[in-house]
Amino acid sequence: MLELAIGIILGGCALGAGAAMIAGIGPGIGEGNAVAKACEAIGRQPESKGAVTSTMLMGCAVAETTGLYALVIAILLIFVAPGRFVNILLNALK
Amino acid sequence: MTKKSRGFVAVDVLLLCLALLPLVCGMVLKVLTTPSSADIDISGSLIYFTIPMPLQELPITESQVNSALVSLTILFLCLYLTHGIAAKPTTKRQLLAEWIVEKTDNLIRDNMDPYFKSFSPFIAAIMGLSAFSSLLTLIGLTAPTADLNVVGGWALLVFFLITYYKFKCGPLHYLKSFCDPVILTPLNVISEVATPISMAFRHYGNVLSGAVISVLIGAGLQGLSGTLLGWLPGVLGDIPLLQIGLPAVLSLYFDIFSGLLQAFIFAMLTMLYISGGFPADDYAARKRKKAERKQRAAAADAGK
Repeated sequence: MLELAIGIILGGCALGAGAAMIAGIGPGIGEGNAVAKACEAIGRQPESKGAVTSTMLMGCAVAETTGLYALVIAILLIFVAPGRFVNILLNALK
Repeated sequence: MTKKSRGFVAVDVLLLCLALLPLVCGMVLKVLTTPSSADIDISGSLIYFTIPMPLQELPITESQVNSALVSLTILFLCLYLTHGIAAKPTTKRQLLAEWIVEKTDNLIRDNMDPYFKSFSPFIAAIMGLSAFSSLLTLIGLTAPTADLNVVGGWALLVFFLITYYKFKCGPLHYLKSFCDPVILTPLNVISEVATPISMAFRHYGNVLSGAVISVLIGAGLQGLSGTLLGWLPGVLGDIPLLQIGLPAVLSLYFDIFSGLLQAFIFAMLTMLYISGGFPADDYAARKRKKAERKQRAAAADAGK
Protein backbone atom coordinates (compact mmCIF):
# COMPACT_ATOMS: atom_id res chain seq x y z
CA MET A 1 0.00 0.00 0.00
CA LEU A 2 2.84 2.36 0.93
CA GLU A 3 4.49 1.72 -2.43
CA LEU A 4 1.29 2.71 -4.19
CA ALA A 5 1.02 5.92 -2.17
CA ILE A 6 4.63 6.87 -2.91
CA GLY A 7 4.11 6.01 -6.56
CA ILE A 8 1.08 8.30 -6.71
CA ILE A 9 3.13 11.09 -5.10
CA LEU A 10 5.97 10.72 -7.62
CA GLY A 11 3.60 10.48 -10.56
CA GLY A 12 1.63 13.49 -9.38
CA CYS A 13 4.79 15.55 -9.03
CA ALA A 14 5.94 14.60 -12.53
CA LEU A 15 2.54 15.37 -14.04
CA GLY A 16 2.42 18.68 -12.19
CA ALA A 17 5.86 19.64 -13.47
CA GLY A 18 4.81 18.85 -17.02
CA ALA A 19 1.57 20.78 -16.66
CA ALA A 20 3.41 23.77 -15.18
CA MET A 21 5.58 24.04 -18.25
CA ILE A 22 2.51 24.66 -20.42
CA ALA A 23 3.15 28.24 -19.35
CA GLY A 24 6.01 28.20 -21.84
CA ILE A 25 3.46 28.90 -24.58
CA GLY A 26 2.82 32.45 -23.40
CA PRO A 27 6.37 33.82 -23.44
CA GLY A 28 6.96 31.99 -26.72
CA ILE A 29 4.13 33.81 -28.47
CA GLY A 30 4.96 37.10 -26.81
CA GLU A 31 8.64 37.03 -27.63
CA GLY A 32 7.88 35.95 -31.17
CA ASN A 33 5.65 38.99 -31.57
CA ALA A 34 8.30 41.25 -30.09
CA VAL A 35 11.01 39.97 -32.41
CA ALA A 36 8.73 40.19 -35.44
CA LYS A 37 7.94 43.82 -34.68
CA ALA A 38 11.62 44.54 -34.08
CA CYS A 39 12.49 43.05 -37.48
CA GLU A 40 9.83 45.24 -39.10
CA ALA A 41 11.19 48.31 -37.34
CA ILE A 42 14.75 47.54 -38.44
CA GLY A 43 13.53 46.96 -41.98
CA ARG A 44 11.86 50.35 -41.96
CA GLN A 45 14.71 52.21 -40.25
CA PRO A 46 17.97 50.28 -40.61
CA GLU A 47 19.94 53.08 -38.93
CA SER A 48 18.18 52.49 -35.58
CA LYS A 49 19.23 48.86 -35.44
CA GLY A 50 21.27 49.12 -32.23
CA ALA A 51 18.61 50.85 -30.16
CA VAL A 52 15.84 48.57 -31.44
CA THR A 53 17.87 45.44 -30.72
CA SER A 54 18.74 46.37 -27.15
CA THR A 55 15.19 47.44 -26.38
CA MET A 56 13.88 44.20 -27.87
CA LEU A 57 16.26 42.10 -25.75
CA MET A 58 15.11 43.96 -22.63
CA GLY A 59 11.47 43.40 -23.50
CA CYS A 60 12.07 39.73 -24.27
CA ALA A 61 13.78 39.27 -20.91
CA VAL A 62 10.88 40.84 -19.06
CA ALA A 63 8.31 38.85 -21.03
CA GLU A 64 10.23 35.68 -20.26
CA THR A 65 9.65 36.08 -16.52
CA THR A 66 6.32 34.24 -16.42
CA GLY A 67 7.85 31.30 -18.24
CA LEU A 68 10.70 31.26 -15.76
CA TYR A 69 8.27 31.23 -12.83
CA ALA A 70 6.77 28.09 -14.37
CA LEU A 71 10.27 26.66 -14.79
CA VAL A 72 11.08 27.29 -11.13
CA ILE A 73 7.82 25.60 -10.09
CA ALA A 74 8.60 22.63 -12.33
CA ILE A 75 12.13 22.30 -10.96
CA LEU A 76 10.82 22.46 -7.39
CA LEU A 77 8.21 19.80 -8.22
CA ILE A 78 10.82 17.46 -9.66
CA PHE A 79 13.74 17.90 -7.26
CA VAL A 80 12.29 19.16 -3.97
CA ALA A 81 8.61 18.27 -3.67
CA PRO A 82 8.73 14.42 -3.88
CA GLY A 83 11.06 14.02 -0.91
CA ARG A 84 9.10 16.49 1.17
CA PHE A 85 5.71 14.93 0.36
CA VAL A 86 6.98 11.41 1.07
CA ASN A 87 8.33 12.64 4.41
CA ILE A 88 4.94 14.16 5.25
CA LEU A 89 3.27 10.85 4.35
CA LEU A 90 5.68 8.82 6.47
CA ASN A 91 5.24 11.19 9.41
CA ALA A 92 1.46 10.91 9.11
CA LEU A 93 1.65 7.11 9.10
CA LYS A 94 3.84 7.03 12.21
CA MET B 1 55.95 52.01 -27.78
CA THR B 2 58.84 52.11 -25.38
CA LYS B 3 60.57 49.03 -24.07
CA LYS B 4 59.14 47.93 -20.77
CA SER B 5 61.39 47.50 -17.78
CA ARG B 6 61.86 44.07 -16.29
CA GLY B 7 60.04 44.98 -13.07
CA PHE B 8 56.96 46.12 -15.03
CA VAL B 9 56.75 42.82 -16.89
CA ALA B 10 57.24 40.87 -13.67
CA VAL B 11 54.31 42.69 -12.01
CA ASP B 12 52.21 42.01 -15.12
CA VAL B 13 52.93 38.31 -14.99
CA LEU B 14 52.27 38.23 -11.24
CA LEU B 15 48.88 39.93 -11.67
CA LEU B 16 47.85 37.58 -14.48
CA CYS B 17 48.90 34.57 -12.39
CA LEU B 18 46.92 35.92 -9.44
CA ALA B 19 43.91 36.37 -11.72
CA LEU B 20 44.12 32.79 -12.96
CA LEU B 21 44.94 31.26 -9.57
CA PRO B 22 41.40 31.49 -8.09
CA LEU B 23 39.95 29.68 -11.12
CA VAL B 24 42.55 26.92 -10.85
CA CYS B 25 41.85 26.68 -7.11
CA GLY B 26 38.14 26.32 -7.82
CA MET B 27 38.76 23.55 -10.36
CA VAL B 28 41.09 21.66 -8.00
CA LEU B 29 38.59 21.98 -5.16
CA LYS B 30 35.80 20.73 -7.41
CA VAL B 31 37.81 17.76 -8.67
CA LEU B 32 38.88 16.77 -5.16
CA THR B 33 35.42 16.99 -3.60
CA THR B 34 33.06 15.76 -6.32
CA PRO B 35 31.91 12.21 -5.57
CA SER B 36 32.40 10.05 -8.64
CA SER B 37 29.21 8.71 -10.16
CA ALA B 38 28.25 7.41 -13.57
CA ASP B 39 24.73 8.76 -13.29
CA ILE B 40 23.75 12.20 -14.54
CA ASP B 41 23.95 14.78 -11.81
CA ILE B 42 21.57 17.73 -11.47
CA SER B 43 21.83 18.19 -7.74
CA GLY B 44 22.83 21.85 -7.54
CA SER B 45 25.95 23.10 -5.83
CA LEU B 46 27.96 20.93 -3.46
CA ILE B 47 28.23 21.71 0.24
CA TYR B 48 31.94 21.87 1.05
CA PHE B 49 31.62 22.09 4.83
CA THR B 50 29.32 23.48 7.48
CA ILE B 51 30.13 25.94 10.25
CA PRO B 52 28.22 25.40 13.51
CA MET B 53 26.26 28.50 14.43
CA PRO B 54 24.02 29.25 17.44
CA LEU B 55 20.75 29.07 15.52
CA GLN B 56 21.49 26.79 12.60
CA GLU B 57 24.48 25.29 10.87
CA LEU B 58 25.95 27.56 8.20
CA PRO B 59 26.75 25.58 5.05
CA ILE B 60 29.58 26.84 2.85
CA THR B 61 28.56 25.81 -0.65
CA GLU B 62 30.34 25.64 -3.94
CA SER B 63 28.50 28.66 -5.29
CA GLN B 64 29.58 30.85 -2.37
CA VAL B 65 33.22 29.82 -2.78
CA ASN B 66 33.03 30.24 -6.55
CA SER B 67 31.55 33.71 -6.37
CA ALA B 68 34.31 34.79 -3.97
CA LEU B 69 36.90 33.34 -6.38
CA VAL B 70 35.30 35.19 -9.30
CA SER B 71 35.49 38.44 -7.35
CA LEU B 72 39.20 37.86 -6.79
CA THR B 73 39.73 37.12 -10.48
CA ILE B 74 37.93 40.30 -11.52
CA LEU B 75 39.90 42.34 -8.97
CA PHE B 76 43.26 41.16 -10.32
CA LEU B 77 42.11 41.54 -13.93
CA CYS B 78 41.18 45.16 -13.18
CA LEU B 79 44.57 45.72 -11.53
CA TYR B 80 46.21 44.23 -14.61
CA LEU B 81 44.20 46.42 -16.98
CA THR B 82 45.05 49.60 -15.11
CA HIS B 83 48.71 48.75 -14.45
CA GLY B 84 51.04 51.35 -15.95
CA ILE B 85 48.21 53.71 -16.77
CA ALA B 86 49.25 57.09 -18.20
CA ALA B 87 47.65 60.29 -19.44
CA LYS B 88 48.71 59.38 -22.97
CA PRO B 89 47.89 55.70 -23.57
CA THR B 90 51.01 53.64 -24.11
CA THR B 91 49.58 50.15 -23.74
CA LYS B 92 46.78 48.32 -25.51
CA ARG B 93 45.20 47.29 -22.23
CA GLN B 94 44.73 50.91 -21.24
CA LEU B 95 42.67 51.39 -24.39
CA LEU B 96 40.56 48.39 -23.37
CA ALA B 97 40.08 49.75 -19.85
CA GLU B 98 39.13 53.16 -21.22
CA TRP B 99 36.69 51.53 -23.63
CA ILE B 100 34.97 49.68 -20.75
CA VAL B 101 34.69 52.84 -18.65
CA GLU B 102 33.42 54.87 -21.58
CA LYS B 103 30.78 52.29 -22.54
CA THR B 104 29.47 52.06 -18.97
CA ASP B 105 29.33 55.83 -18.68
CA ASN B 106 27.38 56.03 -21.93
CA LEU B 107 24.96 53.37 -20.68
CA ILE B 108 24.39 55.30 -17.46
CA ARG B 109 23.89 58.55 -19.34
CA ASP B 110 21.35 56.98 -21.69
CA ASN B 111 19.29 55.14 -19.11
CA MET B 112 19.51 56.99 -15.81
CA ASP B 113 18.71 60.36 -14.38
CA PRO B 114 21.61 62.88 -14.43
CA TYR B 115 21.56 62.64 -10.62
CA PHE B 116 23.13 59.15 -10.88
CA LYS B 117 26.24 60.21 -12.77
CA SER B 118 28.54 58.45 -10.32
CA PHE B 119 26.77 55.09 -10.57
CA SER B 120 28.91 53.52 -13.28
CA PRO B 121 31.36 51.63 -10.98
CA PHE B 122 28.46 49.86 -9.29
CA ILE B 123 26.77 48.95 -12.56
CA ALA B 124 30.05 47.81 -14.12
CA ALA B 125 30.76 45.68 -11.05
CA ILE B 126 27.35 44.00 -11.19
CA MET B 127 27.70 43.37 -14.91
CA GLY B 128 31.23 42.00 -14.65
CA LEU B 129 30.46 39.80 -11.66
CA SER B 130 27.36 38.36 -13.29
CA ALA B 131 29.02 37.78 -16.66
CA PHE B 132 32.13 36.13 -15.23
CA SER B 133 30.03 34.02 -12.85
CA SER B 134 27.92 32.69 -15.70
CA LEU B 135 31.00 32.05 -17.83
CA LEU B 136 32.43 29.80 -15.09
CA THR B 137 30.48 26.91 -16.62
CA LEU B 138 32.95 27.00 -19.51
CA ILE B 139 35.70 25.61 -17.28
CA GLY B 140 33.45 23.04 -15.69
CA LEU B 141 32.59 24.78 -12.41
CA THR B 142 29.06 25.35 -11.17
CA ALA B 143 28.01 28.89 -12.00
CA PRO B 144 27.22 30.83 -8.81
CA THR B 145 24.39 32.49 -10.72
CA ALA B 146 22.68 29.09 -11.03
CA ASP B 147 22.09 29.30 -7.27
CA LEU B 148 19.07 31.29 -6.15
CA ASN B 149 20.81 32.43 -2.95
CA VAL B 150 23.60 34.28 -4.75
CA VAL B 151 21.36 36.06 -7.24
CA GLY B 152 18.79 36.67 -4.53
CA GLY B 153 21.45 38.50 -2.54
CA TRP B 154 22.21 40.77 -5.48
CA ALA B 155 18.52 41.43 -6.06
CA LEU B 156 18.09 42.30 -2.37
CA LEU B 157 20.98 44.76 -2.64
CA VAL B 158 19.29 46.40 -5.62
CA PHE B 159 16.00 46.50 -3.70
CA PHE B 160 17.68 48.34 -0.80
CA LEU B 161 19.14 50.83 -3.26
CA ILE B 162 15.76 51.42 -4.89
CA THR B 163 14.14 52.00 -1.50
CA TYR B 164 16.98 54.28 -0.38
CA TYR B 165 16.57 56.54 -3.38
CA LYS B 166 12.78 56.52 -2.99
CA PHE B 167 13.31 57.74 0.59
CA LYS B 168 15.31 60.74 -0.62
CA CYS B 169 12.21 62.95 -0.45
CA GLY B 170 11.31 61.88 3.07
CA PRO B 171 9.19 59.00 4.41
CA LEU B 172 5.88 60.74 3.75
CA HIS B 173 6.62 61.10 0.06
CA TYR B 174 7.68 57.44 0.00
CA LEU B 175 4.37 56.30 1.48
CA LYS B 176 2.45 58.60 -0.84
CA SER B 177 4.07 57.02 -3.88
CA PHE B 178 2.20 53.79 -3.12
CA CYS B 179 -1.20 55.47 -3.08
CA ASP B 180 -1.02 56.97 -6.53
CA PRO B 181 -4.53 55.83 -7.28
CA VAL B 182 -5.71 54.98 -3.76
CA ILE B 183 -7.61 51.89 -4.92
CA LEU B 184 -4.47 50.27 -6.28
CA THR B 185 -2.45 50.51 -3.04
CA PRO B 186 -2.29 46.74 -2.37
CA LEU B 187 -1.23 46.09 -5.95
CA ASN B 188 1.48 48.74 -5.70
CA VAL B 189 2.84 47.15 -2.53
CA ILE B 190 2.85 43.72 -4.16
CA SER B 191 4.60 44.99 -7.28
CA GLU B 192 7.21 46.68 -5.07
CA VAL B 193 7.96 43.37 -3.36
CA ALA B 194 7.82 41.48 -6.66
CA THR B 195 10.67 43.52 -8.15
CA PRO B 196 13.59 41.77 -6.39
CA ILE B 197 11.87 38.38 -6.61
CA SER B 198 11.37 38.61 -10.35
CA MET B 199 14.92 39.91 -10.88
CA ALA B 200 16.39 37.01 -8.92
CA PHE B 201 14.19 34.37 -10.54
CA ARG B 202 14.85 35.70 -14.04
CA HIS B 203 18.62 35.47 -13.75
CA TYR B 204 18.63 32.23 -11.78
CA GLY B 205 16.05 30.52 -14.01
CA ASN B 206 17.84 31.39 -17.23
CA VAL B 207 21.26 30.16 -16.10
CA LEU B 208 19.91 27.07 -14.33
CA SER B 209 17.69 26.03 -17.25
CA GLY B 210 20.69 26.26 -19.57
CA ALA B 211 22.74 24.07 -17.25
CA VAL B 212 19.95 21.49 -16.84
CA ILE B 213 19.30 21.29 -20.58
CA SER B 214 23.04 20.89 -21.30
CA VAL B 215 23.28 17.99 -18.82
CA LEU B 216 20.13 16.33 -20.18
CA ILE B 217 21.30 16.59 -23.79
CA GLY B 218 24.73 15.22 -22.87
CA ALA B 219 23.18 12.25 -21.08
CA GLY B 220 20.68 11.66 -23.88
CA LEU B 221 23.38 11.65 -26.55
CA GLN B 222 25.44 9.24 -24.44
CA GLY B 223 22.53 6.82 -24.23
CA LEU B 224 21.76 7.21 -27.93
CA SER B 225 25.31 6.50 -29.04
CA GLY B 226 25.37 3.51 -26.68
CA THR B 227 22.39 1.96 -28.49
CA LEU B 228 23.27 3.07 -32.02
CA LEU B 229 27.05 2.63 -32.06
CA GLY B 230 27.45 -0.02 -29.35
CA TRP B 231 28.24 -2.68 -32.00
CA LEU B 232 31.58 -1.03 -32.89
CA PRO B 233 34.50 -3.26 -31.86
CA GLY B 234 36.55 -2.75 -28.72
CA VAL B 235 37.00 0.62 -27.03
CA LEU B 236 35.36 2.40 -29.95
CA GLY B 237 31.96 1.10 -28.84
CA ASP B 238 32.39 2.55 -25.34
CA ILE B 239 33.19 6.09 -26.48
CA PRO B 240 30.01 8.20 -26.80
CA LEU B 241 30.80 9.38 -30.33
CA LEU B 242 27.53 11.27 -30.79
CA GLN B 243 28.52 13.57 -27.91
CA ILE B 244 31.09 15.23 -30.19
CA GLY B 245 29.92 18.49 -31.70
CA LEU B 246 26.33 19.17 -30.75
CA PRO B 247 26.85 20.00 -27.02
CA ALA B 248 29.57 22.48 -27.99
CA VAL B 249 27.23 24.30 -30.37
CA LEU B 250 24.48 24.41 -27.75
CA SER B 251 26.96 25.60 -25.15
CA LEU B 252 27.61 28.64 -27.36
CA TYR B 253 24.02 29.68 -26.74
CA PHE B 254 23.37 28.44 -23.22
CA ASP B 255 26.71 29.28 -21.61
CA ILE B 256 28.04 32.29 -23.49
CA PHE B 257 25.15 34.14 -25.12
CA SER B 258 22.57 33.52 -22.40
CA GLY B 259 25.00 34.28 -19.58
CA LEU B 260 26.20 37.56 -21.08
CA LEU B 261 22.66 38.59 -22.01
CA GLN B 262 21.44 37.97 -18.48
CA ALA B 263 24.32 40.03 -17.08
CA PHE B 264 23.36 42.90 -19.39
CA ILE B 265 19.68 42.60 -18.52
CA PHE B 266 20.32 42.46 -14.77
CA ALA B 267 22.42 45.62 -14.95
CA MET B 268 19.89 47.31 -17.23
CA LEU B 269 16.96 46.52 -14.95
CA THR B 270 18.98 47.72 -11.95
CA MET B 271 19.53 51.04 -13.68
CA LEU B 272 15.92 51.40 -14.81
CA TYR B 273 14.40 50.50 -11.44
CA ILE B 274 16.71 52.73 -9.41
CA SER B 275 16.30 55.63 -11.78
CA GLY B 276 12.57 55.05 -12.20
CA GLY B 277 11.87 54.93 -8.47
CA PHE B 278 13.78 58.15 -7.77
CA PRO B 279 11.41 61.17 -7.72
CA ALA B 280 13.80 63.48 -9.58
CA ASP B 281 11.51 66.49 -10.02
CA ASP B 282 10.21 66.44 -6.46
CA TYR B 283 13.74 66.07 -5.12
CA ALA B 284 14.93 69.07 -7.14
CA ALA B 285 11.96 71.15 -5.95
CA ARG B 286 12.59 70.14 -2.34
CA LYS B 287 16.25 71.03 -2.61
CA ARG B 288 15.43 74.41 -4.12
CA LYS B 289 12.91 75.11 -1.35
CA LYS B 290 15.46 74.20 1.30
CA ALA B 291 18.05 76.49 -0.26
CA GLU B 292 15.52 79.33 -0.39
CA ARG B 293 14.62 78.84 3.26
CA LYS B 294 18.28 78.89 4.20
CA GLN B 295 18.80 82.05 2.22
CA ARG B 296 15.85 83.72 3.89
CA ALA B 297 17.10 82.68 7.31
CA ALA B 298 20.53 84.05 6.48
CA ALA B 299 18.96 87.32 5.28
CA ALA B 300 16.93 87.57 8.48
CA ASP B 301 20.10 86.95 10.49
CA ALA B 302 21.90 89.66 8.56
CA GLY B 303 18.96 92.03 9.04
CA LYS B 304 19.20 91.64 12.81
